This record gives sequence, structure tokens and C-alpha cells, in this order.
Amino acid sequence: MSSNRSLEPSALSLNDLPWQVKFSNDRCTLCGQCTAVCPVKAIELGVFRKRTLKPSIRRQADQGVAQDVFYGIRQKTDVAHACIGCAMCTLVCPNDAIHPEKNPGLDRMKFHINQQGVPRRRGGRRNAAGSILDRIKFTRISMLTDPALDAGRHEFEMRTLLGRVLSPRENMKRLKENGWIPPVREIYPLIIGGMSFGALSPTMWEGLQMGVAYLNEEMGMPVRMCTGEGGCPPRLLRSRFLKYVILQIASGYFGWDEIIHAIPHMKEDPCAIEIKYGQGAKPGDGGLLMWHKVNKLIAAIRGVPAGVSLPSPPTHQTQYSIEESVAKMILSMSMAWGFRVPVYPKISASSTSLAVLNNLTRNDYASGLAIDGEDGGTGAAYTVSMDHMGHPIASCIRDNYLNLIKIGKQNEIPIFAGGGIGKNGNLAANAAALIMLGASGVQIGKYVMQAAAGCVGTEEDRCNVCNVGICPKGITSQDPRLYRRLDPEDVAERVVDLFVSFDTELKKIVAPLGRSTSLPIGMSDALGIDDVAAAQRLSIKYVV
Amino acid sequence: MCRLFALTSRDPVSPMLAIKALDVMKEGHDGSGMGLLLQDLGGPFEEMKEAPILSGIFSEEGIRRLDLFMMDLGFLTKYKISLKVPKKPVEGIPRRDLYLIRAYELPEDWDSLSKDDMAVRLSDIRLKIREMGEEKKDMMVFSFWPDTIMIKEIGDPLLLAGYLGLDRKELKARIIMAQGRQNTNYAIDLYACHPFFIKGYSTMTNGENTAFIPIRDFLTSRGIAAYTGYQSDSEVFAHILHYSLVELGLGIDGYKHVITPLQERDLAVHPNAGFLSHLKRTCRSLIIDGPNCVIGTLPDHSLFMVQDRKKLRPGVVGGKPGLYGFSSEICGLDAVIPDRDKSRDIQPMHLDTAIVGPDRQEVTICRQTEALNLPL
Ligand code: SF4
Ligand code: SF4
Repeated sequence: MSSNRSLEPSALSLNDLPWQVKFSNDRCTLCGQCTAVCPVKAIELGVFRKRTLKPSIRRQADQGVAQDVFYGIRQKTDVAHACIGCAMCTLVCPNDAIHPEKNPGLDRMKFHINQQGVPRRRGGRRNAAGSILDRIKFTRISMLTDPALDAGRHEFEMRTLLGRVLSPRENMKRLKENGWIPPVREIYPLIIGGMSFGALSPTMWEGLQMGVAYLNEEMGMPVRMCTGEGGCPPRLLRSRFLKYVILQIASGYFGWDEIIHAIPHMKEDPCAIEIKYGQGAKPGDGGLLMWHKVNKLIAAIRGVPAGVSLPSPPTHQTQYSIEESVAKMILSMSMAWGFRVPVYPKISASSTSLAVLNNLTRNDYASGLAIDGEDGGTGAAYTVSMDHMGHPIASCIRDNYLNLIKIGKQNEIPIFAGGGIGKNGNLAANAAALIMLGASGVQIGKYVMQAAAGCVGTEEDRCNVCNVGICPKGITSQDPRLYRRLDPEDVAERVVDLFVSFDTELKKIVAPLGRSTSLPIGMSDALGIDDVAAAQRLSIKYVV
Repeated sequence: MCRLFALTSRDPVSPMLAIKALDVMKEGHDGSGMGLLLQDLGGPFEEMKEAPILSGIFSEEGIRRLDLFMMDLGFLTKYKISLKVPKKPVEGIPRRDLYLIRAYELPEDWDSLSKDDMAVRLSDIRLKIREMGEEKKDMMVFSFWPDTIMIKEIGDPLLLAGYLGLDRKELKARIIMAQGRQNTNYAIDLYACHPFFIKGYSTMTNGENTAFIPIRDFLTSRGIAAYTGYQSDSEVFAHILHYSLVELGLGIDGYKHVITPLQERDLAVHPNAGFLSHLKRTCRSLIIDGPNCVIGTLPDHSLFMVQDRKKLRPGVVGGKPGLYGFSSEICGLDAVIPDRDKSRDIQPMHLDTAIVGPDRQEVTICRQTEALNLPL
């Protein structure tokens, strides 16, 4: 560019980018692996010219100017091709010659990422690393009991209930009168939350399902997985593995045709039906599957044309109000399976969650409530929703649980917590804290992607291209060239690793607290936090 | 860990028998308090089985307030024992004005009341007195129920027995429960001394109940006024007993299924599997989680003992027809009934409920794996 040409506003320099690629010329052998693997084409082969002066104190002839031309890797600086820090280049480079580095200052790209008037959309979750859950400690250690429990040897019953549990008196009355008693499932308290078939790649989905089946059938752990919106592969619907699956119906009703048609052929009932009203990552917003990911298979399962974006409306448009929605949908879903399957809604955490819960308590058919907090992940959303909307999960769960206690219905409507559990890697501690705050179990999504499939997304705005189908790990892509990278068997193995080690860690937490025969739901006397305000808000102990 | 001793006897006996056992087991309690329950009373109370007896600790001012209150309700004193204590203070025992044990004549208009209504009213009155005393700590009432005396105080059991003169001849009972307290988790509180009593049901426990908070939350949200107090993590055991037997209509064999339900594989092969899995689910908040031994009495004067599966050193039940003892340590039992056939001692394991019925002829064991009396 000549020095007097005008610069466009969005002409960025390397320094303006959130991620900068550090490249070392002396190690690079120009194999081209990094440029080939880069999902956003942030790097390309560059030609660099170097002019070297050669001064000499001797003869004139010894002095001179040398012109070197050498090749290397150049990082693009336009918004569309900005490096996302995924480090796939590092992963494939045979010579350790390249790696991305986070810009330590504030990047300027934020101001330009709305090209053509479209604000930024991305996958991943809120870009905030802090977590109140990580600050909660378990302070009530039973040293005086005889004997202290041995997490490795003692027998534990770490199960939770999914389904409407009647009060002991009401249940007894109905047993006497042969009345209808709502279905209840005994499941493992760590659930794989809703990630749809269309959002995840086929290999990822298959891997998760295989892992879940193995956990159930070989390890005796009743782990359940939710499908997310978008339907369920027909073969799974007709298989005996359906009992490990929670089918989700969301406001777009994608894939439900297929499910309804499969009902007469189902060998087993599904574990439960989850009606999605909201998602923690983008509360009040509908689902979104962008066209990049709607290939023929996904289109067929969802019952839509291929290659079109599939937004779900923020609410179930056929219903007038949440009260009506909750009542009608729960009833009709229950009816579809002869009242043998628990049906519950999933909502985003918000200050109005309580209203939904109150509503559910008066509905005999409501089997539970899943609440997804602001740190939940998503396949595609506007970054403004992800970063700035929503309600933290801890206080939402606590409010709801305490409210249930007030009306004497605690554990009658189990509450499941989701959203950022284990976001800094402390899965068991976060889950245990939420359970002691009142959750009957927890749901994880992003954590499974990170632990079982190596998703590289972080809270530092790393990667997060799940929405456009170029997931470098093949987790959230419908492009066979990408998802072939992911071996479902490997994913399954990691899912099993993750659950079995979670189980050990959970026991390592509850054993010293003296608990082994019942999940410590609401055992809030075990919790402490070093923040007066948080302690007060959560009604737990303040400890310093 | 607290030491427990209970006995059930055909002939009324002095509470000193139980206190002797506590003294033998002294290593296990720190002398931080004693609780005593006397039921199926002998002596002067023999003649007044229907009259509710108020037991508690009062200050001079408190007793005046109590008298006014009771008179207002139409209660007349029928008989009383005032435990006069020596003028000289004894170290470790707080100074009180009056330990009261007073039997009342029921108001006339109560004659037409059903047993249940009467139970509710009696317990309401106890709660009211307790509430009145809360502020100035001038009235502390432990029970208000026919044929029942409860004494609690801070201090060493044997010392207390001498101090309060518990060997007097008017104090005799066929059922005695006593606890020597080992204060562990909580600040020392008088009300936290075992046993706990509710409407004819009573329990005492040793161990630690780590599920206390969820159980407390469950009980207090049942809408039953008497489910309150909970100064001790084991006060809930008495209330669970009441809830299981009265509210749910279970038998004593069902109590164990509520507090320590069978694990899945045992449940699956149980003759009442269907019913029990319903019970386990709906009463999940009442599952105790800790090494506990619970000794309790029922309104029909049965005495029972159950253990949690974590209890490595269970309590023991032994005796002879006419006299049985329930003790947290064998030495306690040896001290009180040395001439029993020791080979017939029973240490109930984690599935057992050991019961001595009101006839005091034998120990029956009901195992959790056996069929139970369904309330259906
Ligand atoms: S870190 Fe990822 S986006 Fe950045 S250059 Fe390397 S491969 Fe491309
Ligand atoms: S690795 Fe895949 S799933 Fe993870 S953030 Fe990147 S695109 Fe999304």
C-alpha cells in the first residue's frame, strides 16, 4: 500500500487481533500442514523479502547489499479470517514452529466484527472464567463418626430420582386406592444435557451414545443423555437403548414427526421427555442451527429442506402462556406414552424461574424442572446474548429449592441444574455444591465436549466456531472431512473415563461429609464460602 | 459418642439402675449432660395413668407464670414432685430454681375429646409453654404427656442423680431411657439432651446424623406444629418415628425401612418390593446417613433398637423375661442385669429391629428383608 492511500476503518493490524500467530522461520520446513488445517484460513504461505546491508572496513568491493527472499507463514488480518486461537496449527506442525498467542491487551477487532451489519454470532459459552461454584468449599467434615467413611471401599448409593415424587402421605393414599402414581426413574445424578443431533456431528453423537450404553450395561451406572432439539436417529428410537435417552422437544419441534411415527415401534419407553423452553446461554431466545450444518442427513431427520438456517422461535408458538404451555404440553406428552414417561420442562435460569416452578408444583403430571444457568453453552447464538444475558445457576437453584421447602414439596419436583458446571475443570466439586444447594442432579454439555472429544473452546474466546460447521475437532461439524477426525470409539471411551472418575471424585467429597446412602440434596450445612454477600445470598456459611 | 441405656421391666424400678449403667460406660461420655425418660410409671403415678404430667425446669418467676397459664386453661394440679436441690452448688451443674414434675387433672370440657384431638392439644400446650419460656429462659419444658416424666440437665449423670435425689421412692418406672451425653458438634444446649419425646413416641441416639438439615427441612415443612425444636441432629429420629407410624400408618417394622431403606439388590428380591420402593422414593428425605444407633419407645410401651449400616459397634439387647436392657455397650448391660443368660444377648445388625413388647417376655427381631405388615 502506498503511504498516501486512505485506510479503511476495518483495516486491522496484527496487534488489533485477539489471537496472534507466532511463527518461527528458522524451524519451519514449509510443509504446509498448518495452513491446510486452519479452520478459518487465518494463515497462508507468505513471501518475505529481506534486504541486508553488508558494510566492510576494507575494500569497496567487499561492501554491498544482499537481497534475500524467503518463505514463511503470514497471518491474515481481515475480520473474516482472524485467527481463533484453536491451535490446530500447533497440533499438526512437525517442527513446533507455530502457535497462537492471546493478545494481552484489548483487541480492537471487537469493534469491527459486525461486518455487513450482522453482529457477531458464535458457538461456545459466556466468556467469563470466574465461577462462584469454584469458590464454595465443603466445610462440614465428619471426623467424629465411627468409622470415617472410606471413599474407595465403602458402598455408596449415588442415585437420584427423575420424575414427580408424591408426598409420602399422598403416595400411600394412592397405593391404597390403586390410584395413578407418576412414573419415576432412578438415574445417575450427572446427566449429559441436550446437544442436538444437528448441532453435534454424527461421530460425536454416536460416541456419546456408545459411552452411555457402556456405562449402563457394563458399569452399572444409570447415566442418561438428552437428545437436544432436532430429533433422534430412527434406529435408536426403535432400539432397546432408547431407555437411556431423554428426548427433547423444543419450540421448533424439529424431528418430532419422526419420533411420533416411531412410537408404535418403540421397544422401550424413553427415559423422559424434556420440553425446552429456554437455554441458559441465550435466555429468552430460540435455538439456531445455521445452514452450514444442515446437510442431507440432518435435513432428513429434522424433516426440513437441506441447506437452510433453522431458527426455533423463542417460545412454543402454539401456546399462549407458560402456564398453558406447561400444562398442555406436559399432559399431551405424558398421554403419548400412556403416562409411563416423566415429562419435564427445561428453562433458562432467570429471576422468573420461580414462577415456572410454582406453576409446576400445582401440576400432577410435571416430573421435574431443569434450569440452565448463564454459563451454559450453545451451538450458535449472538455473542451479546451469550456474554451479557442470563442468571447465574447457583442462586437460581437455591431460590427454587428454598421455595420448595417453604411449601413442603422439596424433592417432589426434582430440580436439575445446568450451565457452566465444571467450566474450569472442577466438575465433581461444582456438581456436589449444586446438589447440596438443592439440585437433584446436574446436566453437562460443554464439559463433555471438552473432556470426551477435546473441544478446544475456552472462556478466553478461543475457537467458538461451532456455529459455522468448521469445528476443527469434528465435534460440531456436519462435514465428513472434519468429523472423520473424531473416532466415535475414542469418544465413548473418554465418556466412560469421565463418568467413572467423576464418580470417584464425588465419593471423595461425600465420604468425608459422612454421606453414603443418599445423595446429599440440600445438605447446605456442609457448604461455606469466603464472601459474606454470597454466603448470605445462598444461605450457607461464611468462612474465611 | 454418647452412651445410651434403656430398660423395660415388669416391676417398676428406680432410674438409678439406668444411671448406674451410664456410670459404668463413663469413658464414652464427657459428662456434658444427661437425659432421662420414665414411662409406664409406678409409685404414686400408678393411680393416675390418664393425667398428663408436665416435666421441666422453672425459675421462681416461671413457675408463677406457668400456674396462671395452666389455671386459665382449666388444669388443676393433681400431684407433684418438686426435686429440691442442695443449697451448696455443685461444680458443672447449673443453678436452677425448680425441677418440676407435676400431674394435672384434665379440664372438664376435655372429656368428650378423642385421643387424637387430645394429643394435639397437649402438644400445643407444651409448645406454648416452651415458647413463653424462650425469651427469659424461665420455663423449660421437656414433656407434657400422661404417664411420662422427662428430666434433662447439664452435668455428669451420677453427680446429677445425687444432686437431684433421683433415688427417691416416688420415682419408679417400668420403662427407663437414659443418655449420658458426649457433646460433639454443637454448643451445649439443654434441649439437645436425649431422649426426645413426641406424643408418646421417644428416641435417643448415638452417632452423627449427617442428613440432619434435609430431614429437618422435610419435617418442618409437613405442617405439623410439634415438628419443631431440633437443637440436636438426632431429635429428628423421634419425629420420623412419629411421622412413619402415625402419619403414614406403618408398623415399627416399617420405621427401619424409612430411615435406612434397603439397597437396590436387596430391595429387588423383597416380598414387598413394590411397596418398599415407593416408600424409599417418597421418604427419601428421611433417610439418615451416619453411623447411628437408635433406641426408642412406643405408646404401647414397646422398646426397640435399630442401627444404621455404618454402625461398626452396634448396641446390645439382653436380659431375662420380665427385665430387658438396651445398651450402647455390653458393660452397661452387665452392670444392670448380670444374671442374664449372656449367650442370648443380641447385637442387632444393620437389617434388624430388636423389639421387646409390653409383655417383656422376649426379644423379637424383625429383619428388613422379611415381609412387613403393610398398612394397605
Ligand atoms: S490457531 Fe487455529 S485459527 Fe489460528 S492460525 Fe492456528 S489453526 Fe488457524
Ligand atoms: S472445538 Fe468445535 S465444539 Fe469446541 S469450540 Fe471449537 S468449534 Fe466449537
